[in-house]
Amino acid sequence: MKTLKLFFIIYFIFSFNHLKASNDNMKSKITKNLRCLVCQGQSVYDSDSEFAISMKVLVDKKLEEGFSEIQIYDFFKERYGEWILYDPELNKNTYILWILPMLIFLIGGAIIFKNFNFKK
Amino acid sequence: MKNKLLPIFITSIFIIVFIFFYRGLQNTNIYIPEIKINNKIPSFKGNLFDSNEVTNSSNLFNTDKFYLLNIWSSWCVPCRKEHVLLMNLRKNKKLEVIGINYKDTKINAENFLAELGNPYKKIIFDKEGINAIEWGAYGVPESFLIKDGIIIKRYIGPLNKKLTKEIKSIIK
Amino acid sequence: MFYSSIGHYSLILGLCISLILIYFSVKNFKNSTILNTKILSFTFLQFFLVVISFICLIISFVLSDFSNETVFNNSHTTKPLFYKIAGTWGNHEGSLLLWLLVLTLFIFIFFLKTKNQPLKYKLLTLIFQQIIIIGFFLFLIETSNPFNYIYPMPEEGMGLNPILQDPALAIHPPILYLGYVGSSIIFSSALAATYLNIVSNVWASHIKKWIVVSWVFLTLGILLGSIWAYYELGWGGFWFWDPVENVSLMPWLALTTLLHCILVLEKKQVLTSWVIILSISTFTLSMCGTFLVRSGILNSVHTFANDPERGLFILVFLFSLICVSLFIFFFFHKSSQNNLNSFFWLSKETSIIINNWFMMYFLSVVLIGTIYPIFLDVLSSQKISVGPPFYHKLIIPFLIPFLIAMAIGPKLKWIKSNIVDKVYLILLLIISIVLSFLIVKKFDFNLLLNTILVSSALYLFFITLREFFIKKYSNISQNIAHFGFSLLILSILFNNLFSSEIITNLKVGETFTSSKTKIVFKSINQKKEKNYKSIIANFSIENLDGIIDNLSPELRIYNQPNIVTSEADIKTTLLSDKFIVINIVQNQDYFNVRYQVKPFMLWIWLSVILISFGGLISFFKKEYEK
Repeated sequence: MKTLKLFFIIYFIFSFNHLKASNDNMKSKITKNLRCLVCQGQSVYDSDSEFAISMKVLVDKKLEEGFSEIQIYDFFKERYGEWILYDPELNKNTYILWILPMLIFLIGGAIIFKNFNFKK
Repeated sequence: MKNKLLPIFITSIFIIVFIFFYRGLQNTNIYIPEIKINNKIPSFKGNLFDSNEVTNSSNLFNTDKFYLLNIWSSWCVPCRKEHVLLMNLRKNKKLEVIGINYKDTKINAENFLAELGNPYKKIIFDKEGINAIEWGAYGVPESFLIKDGIIIKRYIGPLNKKLTKEIKSIIK
Repeated sequence: MFYSSIGHYSLILGLCISLILIYFSVKNFKNSTILNTKILSFTFLQFFLVVISFICLIISFVLSDFSNETVFNNSHTTKPLFYKIAGTWGNHEGSLLLWLLVLTLFIFIFFLKTKNQPLKYKLLTLIFQQIIIIGFFLFLIETSNPFNYIYPMPEEGMGLNPILQDPALAIHPPILYLGYVGSSIIFSSALAATYLNIVSNVWASHIKKWIVVSWVFLTLGILLGSIWAYYELGWGGFWFWDPVENVSLMPWLALTTLLHCILVLEKKQVLTSWVIILSISTFTLSMCGTFLVRSGILNSVHTFANDPERGLFILVFLFSLICVSLFIFFFFHKSSQNNLNSFFWLSKETSIIINNWFMMYFLSVVLIGTIYPIFLDVLSSQKISVGPPFYHKLIIPFLIPFLIAMAIGPKLKWIKSNIVDKVYLILLLIISIVLSFLIVKKFDFNLLLNTILVSSALYLFFITLREFFIKKYSNISQNIAHFGFSLLILSILFNNLFSSEIITNLKVGETFTSSKTKIVFKSINQKKEKNYKSIIANFSIENLDGIIDNLSPELRIYNQPNIVTSEADIKTTLLSDKFIVINIVQNQDYFNVRYQVKPFMLWIWLSVILISFGGLISFFKKEYEK
């Protein structure tokens, strides 16, 4: 009974082969990280505005020219500022942003272990 | 002792948060990318409008004059109003007007210029819009005032009489 | 005009009743032990007045009464009737009136249906709730009056933004507000209970119903928002970590945590301080959210009104509420003795504490990510964006232990009991790991992270599934909810991993061919509707198996406001969605076509419905058992 269940599941999953089409992963990754400046809250990947379409063409071009992911981000940061990147860089402005949640997690753990005793 | 510390600590945090939100309300949340003025012009390659040959930034901005780089389109309504002012500026011997024709078709662009006049010494045909992005622009129209390969001023949106006066006084 | 006056005066009367209610409640609180029945009548009267006001606004919309400023700004004579009605709460002022409607309704129901609780507690809850209601009345009447008068009366209105003209968006606010307002009752009630020092398992059982109800509505409200975003906004996504989305997620996280805690408090007198803090925080987060989206302080797809004056009012109101709650908590709460805070290492209480620990972490990630840009801007005038990559990086790694804890936590009995259960615990873990390894390897994905992620989700999936197979129905609501959650994570993961997209430019009659798909742009036709004209593009899409789908995305040109929207055509099947959207390319004779294949979308929606269903069952279960 259980092996039958297992077999069905595996067969089921392998039938998805045709669903995975090939796509340009790096381009998607980069354009998902870039903010569309003329939209009110969309990435370049998601947006179909004129600006976004031009950005996508430019990202393509830069990738062909051999720019790395970081170089492309730097290219856009130079022209538009940090605001255009959705993934905040780790610099002196954003240390708190990245570290605070982790800090809260650790403090939470400390509070728990201090206030509760766990008996075996 | 400890019991008094916690409430005071929490209360102060909330007071700080309140202050931050209060000040935050006063700031605008519209973002205008500041292309750092006094930056060098971007080095880029583009196709010339008439001849389709490739040119690059050093070719375009080589003499000792002031340059006004104007991004325009035939389908852009504010560009029409601004065009008159550009024709006016072109008369000034110290200034050269260079155009980037943004996401347009040659026919429509030519008709536009035939109708309203051509102030541009040279025009770059930016079919995909990527030259505009090289300059850090994100819409039409936008203009840049340039001297010695440095961007002195940037204008987002169409020029008006006041800004034209400002340009004229700078290039004196 | 006439209706606007009635509406306006009803509101003012309603505000006066708040004051009357507070007067009578305080008097009753001090003097007798029997409820003054006048109070119940006044509570109902207050609700009734807000209903009248709300109906007046609806009528003004339906009649297209443009002498009313709100109707003028948000409606148009050619709008279909359904959207004229729904447009009532699709704007800032109307939605606040909806808040008031639900606030007054809930306190009436609370007062009516709460039996077996001390009178003083009921009265005090009423008083706290009335403070909130007064705040909203003042906010409405002073800064956001839905009954402002314009003269001369305009002929035509400004129209409603077409992306808001959608059925999902019509019911999204009411359902969402039911959730938010439910949390206000929890807030008032927790403050009252703290003051009277009756935070106990009796109180917990009583307030649990309210927590579950708010939670179910909040979950469904968020779901509807995502469904709307997916079907209507046309970008193919359903969650973007946009500030407005985060703002609805934060109270949900706090409420879910509270829901788990109250299960402990129901049985033992522990975690009382924490429950009170969570109760206060949930509503505080709702109000904070209201502040963030209505004040214009944040940049988002979904902002209502950008008015700093309103923002200031809400800010002061919000912090007054925080002040009052902090005061009551620190001065009146007596914490329980410490020796009750010992739990067995492997116990239900421990699992719930671990759940709380992780949930608070997730909450802090969302909170910090949303408001940090504001703080940085104030501090150093530097603007940064915090988007999906941030949230993914911080949340996904912690999701793994969280899912495993979710699987094992409720099943700790299995560890202590017989051998069969223990074996299953380990066996299913191994099966999950192997299965996910096979999937990930076959499709060449980033191996390690994805394997672990998929296996932890699968583990939860199998463990909760097993409970159904061995017919253990004692904890059915929790099991269904957790099972739904595992399904949700699995659907999102597989959707992310297996989605594909084709972007191309096509003219009518052209075809795009790739190794797996053939897209034919067959034809174009035009249509005219009541308030828009549309261009419909007909496509036929053939995939590898030879199956052909006919899809017809639209471009709609609305008359008022003059906006062009792109309507995606989505074919939903059990296994995957096929999604296509077209866009005009400026000045060219071809269209930009975007075709996506998105597996398991339907399962994402179904799993959230399953999660809320689990909660719903818990609401009805005790009733049945009585």
